[in-house]
Amino acid sequence: MVDFGGWDMPVEYGGIVAEHKAVRTGVGLFDVSHMGEIEVRGPQSVDLIDSLCSNRAASLRDGQAQYSGLLNPRGGFVDDLLVHRIASDHYFLCVNAANQEGDFEWIRDNNAFDAEVDFASERYAQLAVQGPLSMTVAARLTDLDLEGMRYYWFAHGDFAGIPAMVARTGYTGEDGFEVYLPPAAAEQAWQAILDAGSGESIQPCGLGARNTLRLEAAMSLYGHEIDANTTPYEAGLGWIVKLSKPGFCGREELARQRAEGIKQKIAGFEMRGRGIARDGYHVLIAGEPVGRVTSASPAPYLGKNIGLCMLPIEYCRSGQLIEIEIRSRAVPAEIVPLPFYKRQRN
Amino acid sequence: MEYPADYRYTREHEWVKIDGDTATVGITHHAQDQLGDVVFVELPAVGTKLQAQRVFGAVESVKAVSDIYAPISGDVTAVNAELMDAPEKINQDAHGEGWLVKMMIFDRNELRSLMGAEQYAEYVAAETGE
Repeated sequence: MVDFGGWDMPVEYGGIVAEHKAVRTGVGLFDVSHMGEIEVRGPQSVDLIDSLCSNRAASLRDGQAQYSGLLNPRGGFVDDLLVHRIASDHYFLCVNAANQEGDFEWIRDNNAFDAEVDFASERYAQLAVQGPLSMTVAARLTDLDLEGMRYYWFAHGDFAGIPAMVARTGYTGEDGFEVYLPPAAAEQAWQAILDAGSGESIQPCGLGARNTLRLEAAMSLYGHEIDANTTPYEAGLGWIVKLSKPGFCGREELARQRAEGIKQKIAGFEMRGRGIARDGYHVLIAGEPVGRVTSASPAPYLGKNIGLCMLPIEYCRSGQLIEIEIRSRAVPAEIVPLPFYKRQRN
Repeated sequence: MEYPADYRYTREHEWVKIDGDTATVGITHHAQDQLGDVVFVELPAVGTKLQAQRVFGAVESVKAVSDIYAPISGDVTAVNAELMDAPEKINQDAHGEGWLVKMMIFDRNELRSLMGAEQYAEYVAAETGE
């Protein structure tokens, strides 16, 4: 177990490799109750969210979710988050555990609207059922029409007999569901999901596999690919920036970056030489350090050693040869297109 | 877990097995258990002079890199080449087939500072709070 923002979190249950492969080929269950929740209510909820986030919450319909960036005035990330529209006057934000207090204060302190901001983390546990067989397993536990639920939509209803919010979202690169429910019922729900998935050999998964899965799918992790000094453009997340939206926090700097072009960007690489890159290692070109590895690991499903790094924009092209400094040795690697892994959609 | 009684152990979780002038070195069952699935091993070349308590290689799992320290000083006489293609042997048999290097013992006195099996088991228990 590791301490993670005050939570005792299991890094692995049955080995990271086995857990990772279960999610790619079958189904896995994650306890992600450490994630933070913030609720925004009131007639101007959407105006508040759209004034602080880079994506356009106003385009959401009831029961729809979107990935977005909560930005500072420099266009850097206060956090990345999922914005769920429960109703036109009620939004539900899922944020990173380590940032949740800061996020709440940031939104509250910049609230110039008729909206109420509520720190709701204590009211929600979150379990994630992920993998190609997640539909089969989750459908047994609810009367909600999960088959009819599109990716990045959600609904409220009983799940394993517990009132819950079930969203077709995830952080693994697979199909799956994230289930928000009262903490007092979380253990019961965990067991019910394991029982429902026993025929599919559902695998409990820890933070280790969560990280390798999101890395293969090239999804950003706060404190790694994104932070207060990294903009969505630099992180390769330009699609969550809606510059046509007037006056959101960070917009000026983003508009400037858009016009002038960015100087650095997140790029993906595969090791070509024998060695495993790790977070924080130097990226070298012609022996000189030009950037840093933001996340790297063996990729259990792909069977390669992969990583993400922040590089000067001129080196961010597929086929660019780089080296990773591993224990004072320069080991060859190559920039490759992202994501490393993309699931086949039916 | 049983730790072989005739091995000596370090605080960094390496083991040493003495056979005449030769010492075989590996990481302990506890170390591999903490690391998880071992996927990569980096070892020195035969002939490398190892100095006690200095890093001489690395064992990597999916989640972490672990430096390997020389329990004693000496010249490397053999490396376990099978680990290049089958690093999982360290998980499967840490105290046997998962050995890392063999070395010519330079100074037997250095063995005195290492722990015996019972002492090491207590050390692990204290470290893990069990």
